[in-house]
Amino acid sequence: MAKQHSNVAYQVMWNRLISVVEEQAQALVRTAFSTSVREAGDLSAGVYDTHGKMLAQAVTGTPGHVNAMADAVAHFIRRIGRQNIIEGDVYITNDPWEGTGHLHDITMVTPSFHKGVIVGFFACTAHIVDIGGRGFGADAASVYEEGLYIPIMKFAAGGEVDETLVRIIRGNVREPDQLVGDIFALTTCNEIGHRRLAEMMEEFDLDDLDGIGGFILENSRRATLERINALPRKSASGEMTVDGFATQITLRVKVSIEEDRILSDFTGTTGVDKKGINCPLVYTKAYACYALKCAIAPEIPNNAASLAPFEITAPEDTIVNAVHPAPVALRHIVGHFVPDTVYDALDKILPDLVPAEGAGCLCNFQVSLRPRSDGPAPKGARRSEVLTFNSGGSGARPEHDGLNATAFPSGVMTMPVEATEHVGPVIIWRKELREDSGGAGKQRGGLGQFMEVGAQEGYEFDIQAMFDRVDHPARGRRGGASGAPTTIAQDDGSTMNGKGKQFVPHGRKVMMAFPGGAGYGDPSQRDPALVKRDLARGYISAETAAKDYGLSPEDIAAVQAAINKGENLA
Amino acid sequence: MTQNAIRLGVDIGGTFTDVVLEVDGSPYSTKVLTTYAAPENAIIDGMHQVCTKAGIAPSDIGQIIHGTTLATNALIERRGAKTALITTQGFRDVIEMRTESRFEQYDLNLNLPEPLLPRQCRFTVPERVDARGAVLIPLDRTEVEAVVDQIAAAGYDSVAIGLMHSYLNGDHERLVAEVVAEKMPGAMISLSCEVSPQMREYERFNTVVANAYIKPLMKSYLGRLEGRLRDEGVSCNIFLMHSGGGIISIENAAEFPVRLVESGPAGGAVFAAHIAARYGLDKVLSFDMGGTTAKICLIKDQTPKTSRVFEVARTYRFKKGSGMPISIPVIDMVEIGAGGGSLAHVDSMRQIRVGPESAGSEPGPACYGRGGNKPAVTDADLVLGKLDPDNFAGGSIQLETASSEGALSSVLGEVLDMDAATAAFGLAEVVDENMANAARVHAVENGEDLSEYTMIAFGGAAPLHAGRLCEKLGVDRLLVPPGAGVGSAIGFLRAPFSFEANRSVYMKLSDFDAPKIQSLLSELKAEATGFVRNCDANAPILSEFKVYMRYAGQGWEIPIVLTEDQAMTPDAATFEARFEEDYVKLFGRKVAGLDIEITVWSVNATTPPEQVAQIAMAQPAGDAPVAGRRQMFDPAKSAYQDAAVVLRDQMAEGAEIAGPAAVTEDETTIIIPSSRKAIRQPDGCIDVSVKG
Repeated sequence: MAKQHSNVAYQVMWNRLISVVEEQAQALVRTAFSTSVREAGDLSAGVYDTHGKMLAQAVTGTPGHVNAMADAVAHFIRRIGRQNIIEGDVYITNDPWEGTGHLHDITMVTPSFHKGVIVGFFACTAHIVDIGGRGFGADAASVYEEGLYIPIMKFAAGGEVDETLVRIIRGNVREPDQLVGDIFALTTCNEIGHRRLAEMMEEFDLDDLDGIGGFILENSRRATLERINALPRKSASGEMTVDGFATQITLRVKVSIEEDRILSDFTGTTGVDKKGINCPLVYTKAYACYALKCAIAPEIPNNAASLAPFEITAPEDTIVNAVHPAPVALRHIVGHFVPDTVYDALDKILPDLVPAEGAGCLCNFQVSLRPRSDGPAPKGARRSEVLTFNSGGSGARPEHDGLNATAFPSGVMTMPVEATEHVGPVIIWRKELREDSGGAGKQRGGLGQFMEVGAQEGYEFDIQAMFDRVDHPARGRRGGASGAPTTIAQDDGSTMNGKGKQFVPHGRKVMMAFPGGAGYGDPSQRDPALVKRDLARGYISAETAAKDYGLSPEDIAAVQAAINKGENLA
Repeated sequence: MTQNAIRLGVDIGGTFTDVVLEVDGSPYSTKVLTTYAAPENAIIDGMHQVCTKAGIAPSDIGQIIHGTTLATNALIERRGAKTALITTQGFRDVIEMRTESRFEQYDLNLNLPEPLLPRQCRFTVPERVDARGAVLIPLDRTEVEAVVDQIAAAGYDSVAIGLMHSYLNGDHERLVAEVVAEKMPGAMISLSCEVSPQMREYERFNTVVANAYIKPLMKSYLGRLEGRLRDEGVSCNIFLMHSGGGIISIENAAEFPVRLVESGPAGGAVFAAHIAARYGLDKVLSFDMGGTTAKICLIKDQTPKTSRVFEVARTYRFKKGSGMPISIPVIDMVEIGAGGGSLAHVDSMRQIRVGPESAGSEPGPACYGRGGNKPAVTDADLVLGKLDPDNFAGGSIQLETASSEGALSSVLGEVLDMDAATAAFGLAEVVDENMANAARVHAVENGEDLSEYTMIAFGGAAPLHAGRLCEKLGVDRLLVPPGAGVGSAIGFLRAPFSFEANRSVYMKLSDFDAPKIQSLLSELKAEATGFVRNCDANAPILSEFKVYMRYAGQGWEIPIVLTEDQAMTPDAATFEARFEEDYVKLFGRKVAGLDIEITVWSVNATTPPEQVAQIAMAQPAGDAPVAGRRQMFDPAKSAYQDAAVVLRDQMAEGAEIAGPAAVTEDETTIIIPSSRKAIRQPDGCIDVSVKG
């Protein structure tokens, strides 16, 4: 029998649940082994009701996980079977279609029991650095080559960890200590969430989460629908073309604002690719939802009800709805372009709200270092996997410049170079802003960045490139110019591809320039003070100041004189 | 520490400068408005006031201890010196690129805080040290000279030097410093390997830049202050409170001004720690709530918890990530936007939200009657009967209950279909829950269970909310000390001379190198001790040893406290056992079969804490005289109750009062919920506990 609680009490409980899942996420950051989780925050954590509906989600985390994980728990309940769920259980999967889109995300779910009765679930997801197979990259032709597949199953049954499963996992991955450590970190993270929930239920004398769950979902649903129903009932189409792996990809969407829902239909999008850049629908949904929520209902917390009115569909076998056994390891590339595609449509319905195109997908690469094969290697040299997350520039906004070297739509952080260099014998020689890469405009696009990577003396490596926008830079809006494209080459000038695993011999470096965001509005309208500031800071060169923004030679000389005197032109 | 009969504590805050003089243990205090243009003026003014009260001359003062928000404010308001950064080629933008992420993911119009130094003030030199401290590219002196010539020509006043992996090998930074000193004799220099020798370039570079940025300002201020005090006849030594909760000499403070950031709140934590010692309490939660923010700190074994990094100048609703990280030893506290002036509104989910926007003193909460029409925490407190409209701030401000009700109704009540009282209840519950959540998260992060803790509350708004907070946190005992309004300044007088030195050096337990550890720790001990010696030539100095450990491959280290014996005659098995013990406490289970590594080594040198005599608890001596009665809302019962009103200065030792009750004084009111009772202890503390 549900007890009655006042509106004020429910408000307090909702706050508490959000704080509970935040603690859950923080525990994961602190105990995880993969740099992707502990430094970059590529994770998410949430609490669910007994039906698998998400009630609250940690703010810490990244949108791809956030929304994808929302659907995962229902799959777990179905696969495990309600009758088999007992106290002390912990479930695991890395199923791309029932988890969060690729084998490199481990999702773990723990049923939460209170006074012997199940009251809900905690779930968390983390991006791990290696899952075996070909390694993290786009080279596989099917999901079977991408690594170890763990179907939804019990990791621990009634508190007893499945040691057979642990041995299978250890035997199939490159960094077994790290992965098993991460799995335990995920377990700990759910455990901490559970403990806090139990305390809350004691304090408020709750037997179940039905009352508070109903309150959360009802208020979120009403708030979301109010926002949607205040919009014009219109529909519009958007599209964007990006590099893809071997052949280019066009993403198409029709966004329709209807009563009580917004429908995004990706019919017309390019079909699945032979290589692993395909995106399961769950991940497409995650980023389409994210884009719309940012624009329309940013402050409504994520839960089952606030996400439900955003309906996403795509025909099977398009690159945004790839089905088993398509390779999907780098599903983030297409996924990260979904928001810009949705905004191309939304801008036609709601002008002056959304940004110009940005770098889009993260500029990630993984290096697999090994002792050199063309000469004597240092004693004790061992292989090592190093993954880094990096960002180009974001698109200019109607009222603001784009953000320099800042992830959008992804929510992850970069890793400190000093931390990265402790992981393996890699050397990052350069990581700094890229002049002139932000698209010109009344508001300028965010700058991309330069990176140069090599190995310690005695090592060679493969670099797994995961870059796009080599041939398709970010496009400007309302007269803004495109951002600069991605470039990649070795320091001796040998060309390299934007995607795929490529060998780098001993002594060589890879020189990369990551893309800038596009501009918004006519560059001639830009405030001359901002042009001068950008020139002083070296965001733009003197040539660009003259050519794109019409700054006079006298003004340029004056800026140079000010720099020489150490003046701040902010 | 040498005991001086007459000591002066001075805390410069955002609004007030608090001055406390102790003469043979008797306190004399005053609050004067902070004089921004020349902060030393307020100090001189306040000093004369308390000297007059005590009937002494400034020349009689034996010691002055000073803490200030000036360093913090200079960072927040960007009022620093013309500063240049010299860094490794290829890494010019580290302090600008931050973590390459957005601290608020759903705001399309988000802007990131500008770095302290714009790009044209950041210069690079070709050089490179690797992750083992080995030189990959040697630094060429002539290249440095060319860059420094440019900086000198541009007329920079202060130079920060931050090179990659300098926490392992500072030779290149020292060479750059040598050239700067030679070519720019007047300029001030800060080295990252000295200011903050810790791994992670963003934090380290930002810290050295912050130090360089405020150094000229702080140095000049401290010089002027000393001069003015001497002019007034003060002849004693002057010391500074630092963010780690100890005291350093004025010379060291001028060299490392970034260590003065948050020294005021650190004084508050020391104040609470002192009371904890007086009561023999090993687990204390200090709760300081003022007009704009609330600060919460854990104090174990009468020592405030410390941390190695914190964030200053948050620009976006106090949100994590919206400020700048400073990696220095600091008292670990959480600060949230919850104070008496915090304003409430209803969001789109029909939820009441409180803060971080604050009504400030103008217009102030609606009840001040100065045109404020949004409900603040103080308005809710008034409507709930926690405040007496006729006796606020000693009767100096007449509060208008009707204005509070109006604001609560129009902003909250009409949207949520609540009357003013229910809206006030909702507002108070939300702000109390926000603070309780912050406390809970902080406790969990430190593996602590708050139900074993005692709360010590100070700051103007804390006593109004502390009782409810205890109910929410399951804390059974609450102490409200006298003099809570100037708690930080009193805390300065209780702080030891101390300095923490630390260094990032990686060592796996599988490569445990005892001689190396001994020499490293000895070095750190000598460094830290040197700072303390500067303050006191004779006092005994204790060393506290701490190492930060993790499973190899993790990114988050946990601090492990070692005894001097464990640290100076190190063995791997002891280190492992100590780590696993603490890890299990924090995270529930250990991870079998993984190597463990040590990342940071730290030695804190400190003079012994002042010997505090534990006081005898008061014997119950009957009920306190009741000065009046009023209706007061009790949130645990969700109803108004008839509550007794007691004047604090009429509570004799041992006087008792059962909740619901309000104990009033000029600066604040202590609310005793109906679940609690209170007794006045011999030292003047009001001791609130659960009814038996």
